[in-house]
Amino acid sequence: MFKVEWIKALRRWRTYLIAAALGGVPFLIVLAVKLSPPTPSGSEDAPPFLLQIVQNGLFAPLTGLAVVQPFFLSLAIGLFAGDAVAGEAQAGTLRSLLVRPVGRARLVLSKYAAAMTMLGVLLLGVIASGALFGGIAFGFGPLPTLSGSSLSVVQASLRILAAGGYILVAAAGITAIGIFVSTLTDSGPGATVATVILAITSQILDNIPSVHAIHAYLPTHGWLAYTDLFRFPVDWEGMRAGIVVSGAYAAVFLTAALLVFGRKDVTA
Amino acid sequence: MTALVARGLTKRYGDVNVVDGLDLTVERGELYGFLGPNGAGKTTTIRMALGLIVPSGGEVDLLGQRMSTRGRPSSLARTGAMIEEPALYKFLSGRRNLEVFAKAGVGRDDVRRRLGRIDELLEIVGLTSAAKKRVKAYSQGMRQRLGLAVAMLGAPEILVLDEPTNGLDPSGMREIRQLLQRLTEGGTTVFVSSHLLAEVETMCDRVGVLSHGRLVAEGPPSALRGAVERVRLDVDDAVRARGILAAMPGVELSPEGERQLRIRLLGDVTAARVNAALVSAGVEVSALVPERESLEDVFLELVGDGDVQG
Repeated sequence: MFKVEWIKALRRWRTYLIAAALGGVPFLIVLAVKLSPPTPSGSEDAPPFLLQIVQNGLFAPLTGLAVVQPFFLSLAIGLFAGDAVAGEAQAGTLRSLLVRPVGRARLVLSKYAAAMTMLGVLLLGVIASGALFGGIAFGFGPLPTLSGSSLSVVQASLRILAAGGYILVAAAGITAIGIFVSTLTDSGPGATVATVILAITSQILDNIPSVHAIHAYLPTHGWLAYTDLFRFPVDWEGMRAGIVVSGAYAAVFLTAALLVFGRKDVTA
Repeated sequence: MTALVARGLTKRYGDVNVVDGLDLTVERGELYGFLGPNGAGKTTTIRMALGLIVPSGGEVDLLGQRMSTRGRPSSLARTGAMIEEPALYKFLSGRRNLEVFAKAGVGRDDVRRRLGRIDELLEIVGLTSAAKKRVKAYSQGMRQRLGLAVAMLGAPEILVLDEPTNGLDPSGMREIRQLLQRLTEGGTTVFVSSHLLAEVETMCDRVGVLSHGRLVAEGPPSALRGAVERVRLDVDDAVRARGILAAMPGVELSPEGERQLRIRLLGDVTAARVNAALVSAGVEVSALVPERESLEDVFLELVGDGDVQG
């Protein structure tokens, strides 16, 4: 079932579209920075790390991850998780799979595993594309940390991969919510949009100080904690909290998806 | 051993019983026609039999195994099904669809066996030359054929087909009928639903008629049809004849017709007795033609005005 998900994904245009969108972001950033280097005074709203790209191409993959995460990653989660079951229901193929037979629990878990793997591959693509174009344009050098010390190119590369890994783990909760939403409806686009809206709303709420009390419980609360990987020593607190929140959402919503879908009347 | 058994099978949506205490038995090797107007509960029954819908009451056994939405009933691996529209991945080619459905299951041997049947099945349903085209570009009839190929992928012991000839032209319908008959000759049980009488009448061993979620008649098509006999009488004096016939018990007279009268014989009244009564009263009977009631007439009588529920 997991393999089948890949066969299907690799033959859909939208997979390549979202991959191109994500992989293209670091390229656009590098191009923009190369053509018109940012000045510190005019870049107060710029994403983290943007200013440093000119000095070190290693900042390109990091900037890529930072730029991709809030919107494009949410969109990818919507496409891979939100559409996972609902899209099959809409096409009618869900009933064919179930009578094949594919067990309902296996179907849900395979869909989740496939969505997470695809997100992982996309994030790797962002890192690879950033490293490639950043390296070509600006070359690599030791990476200064937020604490002032610096990391060797190898160490920095490992940290960047770790950041990608953390972003993936932190997305596990929203992805599970997407799968859950997907079991509730027979409309693929509906579930996709609902998932994207949830992911973005969570990030917006996380930025509104007046609802500070709920911040720690938002599924995307830990999304930005990967920046702590670039401190010396690494501050694990935020990432630990992010993993716990994401893991808790993943556990709760996967269980809910299994329970709901396990006894659902499949009439689509 | 029976292929499919439903006992008191019920599905309630709101306060309507879409399937209402259905008792049904399909024997192995049978070609069973499940007949009913749209909305009679055919698809809901089929979905319960395949574990897609939880019954509100009663139970259904498929190949001897109780069906439920939980787990993965192993009898499904020995069943092929096509429910309503053929469900296919439109962005994949015909062959790729078959591969995906073969690979989606568990069990390496089972998957390999299904993959090995793809060429043969494409040949059987006549899609060999279109196998590489995306399903998006298929006509309705081609999709229907591919859906059948998906259903037959596992060389199933029972084939459950919901309106399999929908969207096919007459020659396509005939091909499917012949294919299903060949399959039953080879020992496969075929359970086929339809709202088309002619289709079921010509191919099925046994027919069950569903109306408002209940089985209102069951038997071989010939037996269903033979339940009532109709006779056409050509007479010289319709007025006198009507008077005589109206007085005969067990004769139902159709109000229409001038020289040609149509009667239905109920109970043990025979056409010969009707003839004798007319002739002895001086009415000249120039023709007496038994008209077998068509299955369609029986069907419409059984299901009423076709009022759709649910």
